[in-house]
Amino acid sequence: MSVWQSYIMRLRRRRAHIRAYRKHFALNPVRERTEKIRPGDILLFSTFRNEHVRLPYFLDYYRKLGVAHFLMVDNDSDDGGREFLTGQPDVSLWTTRASYKRSRFGVDWLNWLQRRYGHGHWTLVADPDELFVYPFCDTRPIRALTDWLDVSGVRSFGAMLLDMYPKGRIDAVPYSQGQDPIEIAAWFDPGNYMIERNPSYWNLWIQGGPRARVFFSGQPKKAPALNKIPLVKWDRRYAYVSSAHTLLPRGLNLTYDQWGGERASGVLLHTKFLDTFTTKAQEELERRQHYSGSVEYKAYAENIRDNPELWCNWSEKYINWRQLEILGLMSKGNWA
Amino acid sequence: MNEGADKGAGVGIVMLVHTAFDRAEQVARHWAASGCPIVFHVDRAVPTKAYNAFVRSLSDLPDIRFVGRHRCEWGTWGLVAATQAASEVMLRDFPNVRHVYLASGACLPLRPVQELIDYLAERPTTDFIESATTADVPWTIGGLDEERFTLRFPFSWRRNRYLFDKYVEFQRRIGFKRKIPNGIVPHMGSQWWCLTRQTLSAILEDPDRKVYDSYFRRVWIPDESYFQTLARLYSRRIESRSLTLSKFDYQGKPHIFYDDHLQLLRRSDCFVARKIWPFADRLYQAFLTDQDGAMKRTEPNPGKIDRIFSKAVERRTRGRPGLYMQSRFPAPGREINLTCAPYSVFEGFSDLFENFETWLARMTGARVHGHLFAPERAEFSDGQTVMNGALSDSAKLRDYNKWAFLTNLIWNTRGERQCFQIGPRDHIKGIEWNIAMDPNAQISVISGAWAIPLFKSNENFSEIRNKAAFLQHTERKHLDTLRSEWSKARIRIWTLAEFIEAPMEPLQTIIDEIGKHNQTGLAEVPKMADLTGFGQFLQNLKNQGMHPYLMGDFPVAQDQNEPQHTKPKPYLVR
Repeated sequence: MSVWQSYIMRLRRRRAHIRAYRKHFALNPVRERTEKIRPGDILLFSTFRNEHVRLPYFLDYYRKLGVAHFLMVDNDSDDGGREFLTGQPDVSLWTTRASYKRSRFGVDWLNWLQRRYGHGHWTLVADPDELFVYPFCDTRPIRALTDWLDVSGVRSFGAMLLDMYPKGRIDAVPYSQGQDPIEIAAWFDPGNYMIERNPSYWNLWIQGGPRARVFFSGQPKKAPALNKIPLVKWDRRYAYVSSAHTLLPRGLNLTYDQWGGERASGVLLHTKFLDTFTTKAQEELERRQHYSGSVEYKAYAENIRDNPELWCNWSEKYINWRQLEILGLMSKGNWA
Repeated sequence: MNEGADKGAGVGIVMLVHTAFDRAEQVARHWAASGCPIVFHVDRAVPTKAYNAFVRSLSDLPDIRFVGRHRCEWGTWGLVAATQAASEVMLRDFPNVRHVYLASGACLPLRPVQELIDYLAERPTTDFIESATTADVPWTIGGLDEERFTLRFPFSWRRNRYLFDKYVEFQRRIGFKRKIPNGIVPHMGSQWWCLTRQTLSAILEDPDRKVYDSYFRRVWIPDESYFQTLARLYSRRIESRSLTLSKFDYQGKPHIFYDDHLQLLRRSDCFVARKIWPFADRLYQAFLTDQDGAMKRTEPNPGKIDRIFSKAVERRTRGRPGLYMQSRFPAPGREINLTCAPYSVFEGFSDLFENFETWLARMTGARVHGHLFAPERAEFSDGQTVMNGALSDSAKLRDYNKWAFLTNLIWNTRGERQCFQIGPRDHIKGIEWNIAMDPNAQISVISGAWAIPLFKSNENFSEIRNKAAFLQHTERKHLDTLRSEWSKARIRIWTLAEFIEAPMEPLQTIIDEIGKHNQTGLAEVPKMADLTGFGQFLQNLKNQGMHPYLMGDFPVAQDQNEPQHTKPKPYLVR
């Protein structure tokens, strides 16, 4: 049974690699600076489409944490983001007009790039609207974390998606380029997350937060998954199977303790709900390039029209990682 | 003798290095600046190129030596062999050295080196080495303490864990025991010590050293026991503590210090700390800039930092009970308390008493919800639609993961006692067992009380009959769960008849258990529903072929003949 399952998983991993290989032909290098990557560098992989307004802060944020090189895939942007990135000395950029959906939401592209350039590096996968927060991130660079993980023999680090939103209407305060999005989307749901263990991939399936509360309270099963494993000491044999939620081999998904202890974990602050969201949702709805028929965006579009407020009385205002730790959303584990 | 040795600080440093050579060099220069001779041992695994570069980088220092390189794998003899070799050179080449301090490349002196020199000069015959018998130490990595000394360990724990474990198991099974030579008593302790020339040379020049060496070569983690044991044979005065601040986590890895530990290290008063993250610029800058006088001259006391690190270990091993989150998700049955705080579940009370919830809230100060698992919505207290933690009252969301809903509620409101109602109408299937098995749950049941709302309702009797049958069936199965041998909650069950016979006592008990004030008895009692005619109602159900039994015995005749008897009894109020 378990031998059979392992075999199935091996096939799936193989398939992910083959897909990555097939899809990589669609990637056209715009500006490749991968020769600048040094052994031990921490690399960030990302796909984006029309996110120019967010990119400057995004790069800034991760540079400060010590990311040495960005490997980005532009999915046919037309807002100048591509040109902006071309001018950045630590960014390698590919572009593609191929279907986001048929590359399994960018996973195939990134799997390829990670396999090609990430081997032996700590790699971080984050979208331009995701800001990685980990224990002591205000005083220690990511390198401190990855060094510690190395010493501890840990290969992957979990960080769940935490949806951030503004108080009041989502589109009330415009976001300006370079600004910290948390200044606007400062609030989050502190304690309504639902967790289940996925028996076949062993990862935790986390749902909840404002999206489940507001958009999916009638069909919770369809609420988006919030579990992510964005930081991995990459090996060319590894592969993401669905976005950054699930990895193969499965051992990498065991970022949690099952005996009552706490492993160290972080959070990806998800700043999707800014004023840019309303137009984005409309656009994505038309493109139909998202997960399961863009059900998510349909639900948004329906709700956003009449009640564009995610904030509630029990929303919590973001302060820092220690607050998230106290609330039980992330943990220091035995890192002190 | 060369010049440096004449100046002679009296303290020699044996430094084991295997990585971060720039930092090792920086620290070495710091030691050397105070006149301490240094003997380096560099791990054989280090590439020759890096080794040569390191040697070259230090070539301008006068009193340094490099010794032959051993492979220093964690938990193996190589570390001891390296220490022996380096110590021999130290004792041979620097005759003025009175104390030898064993340090690593990741060690950082916290106080001015001169203070250490003075401190040791005042205690010329004291050996600082943590050394305790196996029975007295709590550190047992891999579950081995005494067996470290009586079994053989030819396989690497790091690389061949499987063989390591199997071989240990095999030896246990056949009852293998190594003989400990010369009746020495094994001691263990931190591998970072500071020994006097007398003790150290006695160990190294022992006529039986060959015997000891070959014995300890097969002991597990000999670097924590070789010198610790042998020092007991020769030392005139042992201070069983390490002058090096070094904390270990539950896997036996040393904790690492970062820039943000600066204030913590300042307060530690230890002479040396390890392990320092090589990129902790602020730490290196703060402690290696000369004698800034900021350090207090007090007795070293590593205890101050203990708390923060033991808490970290506890968080990793025990975590926060009752918290379910992305990196803590205990498998069923692996945790005793399934929730993070005590809470109370009431079944039937709000059916029997008209104002039970408000009354309970007033009496206990607890947060009292209605039927959290009602089919329509989660009835949060005060009619709220969202609760602490942004928990929604949507029935669908709640039912999607009921256990998450309940554990979230208890977690989000920690510090405030939660009480809620449950009835046979409620959607508790699937979490019944969890609640019953949770020692944090206080469950009080008045069985059969669900009949009261039916009794009061204005429905057709056939409908009432069907509902009653359904509710009774559901509640009976629920009671079976509660009465099961597996349940660990504090459970009290009364039948309705029992309860209304003497309601004060159970109410008092429940309130007392919730805690808080009310030592003088109940100042106020909840209003009981008027049960006149209830006996007849039950009889009618019986007449319809449905047998209500969970509420206990209600005589029919009673309320026909003496109706005043079933009226709410006058409670004694003090």
